[in-house]
Amino acid sequence: MSELASPAPISTKDVPQVMAWDSRARRAVTIYVPLACFLLILLFPFYWMTITTFKPNGELLDYTHTNPFWINSPTLDNIRKLLFETEYPRWLTTTMGVAFGATAISLVASVLAAYAIQRLRFRGSKYVGLAIYLAYLVPPSILFIPLAEVVYSFGLFDSPWALVLTYPTFLIPFCTWLLIGYFKSIPYELEECALIDGASRLQILRRITLPLAVPGLISAGIFAFTLSWNEFIYALAFISSSENKTVPVAILTELVQGDVYQWGALMAGALLGSLPVAIFYSFFVEYYVSSLTGAVKE
Amino acid sequence: MSAHADPTLWVRSRSKPSALAKLFDNKTFLIFICLAPALGLLLVFLTYPLGLGIYLSFTDTQLGKPGVWVGLENFQYLLTDRVFLNTVWNTIFYTAAATAAKFALGLWLALLLNENVPLKSLLRAIILLPWITPTVLSAIAFGWIYDPQFSIISYVFKHLGLISTNFDFLGTPWHARWSLVVANTWRGIPFVAISLLAGLQTISPSLYEAAMLDGASGWQRFRRVTVPLLMPILAVVLTFSVLFTFADFQLVYAITRGGPINSTHLMATLAFQRGIPGAALGEGAAIAVSMIPFLVIATLFSYFAVGNRKWQQGSDDDV
Repeated sequence: MSELASPAPISTKDVPQVMAWDSRARRAVTIYVPLACFLLILLFPFYWMTITTFKPNGELLDYTHTNPFWINSPTLDNIRKLLFETEYPRWLTTTMGVAFGATAISLVASVLAAYAIQRLRFRGSKYVGLAIYLAYLVPPSILFIPLAEVVYSFGLFDSPWALVLTYPTFLIPFCTWLLIGYFKSIPYELEECALIDGASRLQILRRITLPLAVPGLISAGIFAFTLSWNEFIYALAFISSSENKTVPVAILTELVQGDVYQWGALMAGALLGSLPVAIFYSFFVEYYVSSLTGAVKE
Repeated sequence: MSAHADPTLWVRSRSKPSALAKLFDNKTFLIFICLAPALGLLLVFLTYPLGLGIYLSFTDTQLGKPGVWVGLENFQYLLTDRVFLNTVWNTIFYTAAATAAKFALGLWLALLLNENVPLKSLLRAIILLPWITPTVLSAIAFGWIYDPQFSIISYVFKHLGLISTNFDFLGTPWHARWSLVVANTWRGIPFVAISLLAGLQTISPSLYEAAMLDGASGWQRFRRVTVPLLMPILAVVLTFSVLFTFADFQLVYAITRGGPINSTHLMATLAFQRGIPGAALGEGAAIAVSMIPFLVIATLFSYFAVGNRKWQQGSDDDV
């Protein structure tokens, strides 16, 4: 690709102007209008979530006197209720703890596994890599029933530790896969030099490979963190007491009482539950995109 | 540094590597240590449960009560169970409809983003938002958008004078199914679009120029240049998308819980309903195990699509 791109620095930008039919108006209609529609549809639920959160209940259920797209008298009532009348802070800390714990375990295990598979090159390393790739294709929804038995027999039922230990099953395959690709991009010669200079394998990993792989580690870490934040089915199946629930599960199971849906409170929960992960994401967008696309391309 | 200091330093540091460091220089030991955490966790919490699940599906285990081997009884029962058969059918419908929509719209969005639009990286970041927010939470938002009385969509259509009564999004089986497909598509488009965009960006512009010089039309350039070069990445993304849509749980559980009258159950939600609140672990496991053949087909497809790629052939010059 690089040798194709470099000798021809002319084109991409000039082409639209060269082509007579590609007028400005046509471009607006074929590109910007559909793009705007996509953005509108993709972002509308978030707008609606936010608007609902800050609406007083009366306005929420009255479309005849007020315009539903705007708030006449914004209120923090729903947020106050969520923060002070439910165990939301507790759910938040549990979720944080579980997400950090699972991410840490997965990163350590994945770095070591990826290093062994990609750098130590033993007989059959290809098959170990393939096995880990296959593990990624086993979805949690066929595992949660037997895993409930396993968790129960370890005495971890209803404990956040059950989640910290089971989340790596879908995090490790992904992170290992990502890191194998990343290690591959670090020249092996650097390690050979270090070996000749008398460094031990551990020193090489700590002083040479890991520092060079930091962007890959960040990508894997962010991805693992968001995946564990969003996980639902294990948290639903293995946790039963309210105070140990994670945010997504708690909002669905604790805020819906009977058939009456308190939409204001629910939307406040959805908004506040998405916010931490969205903020986290906004700091690392580039890493996130590169890990997503890198994992698919590898 | 004077010349005579170097050899002493050199000799000293070489002369006493600790026993531990020596052990870590033993390649077999090192490989073992490096693979142990990952493989250990995967064996205990993935491979073993997978086997246990298959075993459970041949027993009548209840939650908290060990069961006995009943052979194929669970599966025989499921084959006569209308709810289960409907669920299998519905899962296939859901997967097919949502995947088709996601890929059509996702490819379109990727092609739009691949034009020279301003603020591309910002757009990309915004577009990924639906994908990173917890599915359950956006599903709850969809539940509110689909509310029978206060749906904002109904409001808009009413105001435009297009309908006189509210849409009944979740009240009848077909409405509910399509509503769920729409919600799933909404969540899946970003992933497809951003992955395919990455694929599109690897296609060299000179190929398009060459095609244009040869007089190819826009459609021909898309059909003969873009699609073939996008095929490998398309196959991988497709496999993942099919796999995770087929095994979807959260969206249906959060929006309809399988209703109305069990018409929107996916195999995963039915397995959960029967296995955990219904306490029939054996039967739940049998439903979950029935998903495996479908997943294996998708995996084999992935293996042969990904199998042609360089990374599995052990070459490391494809960076």
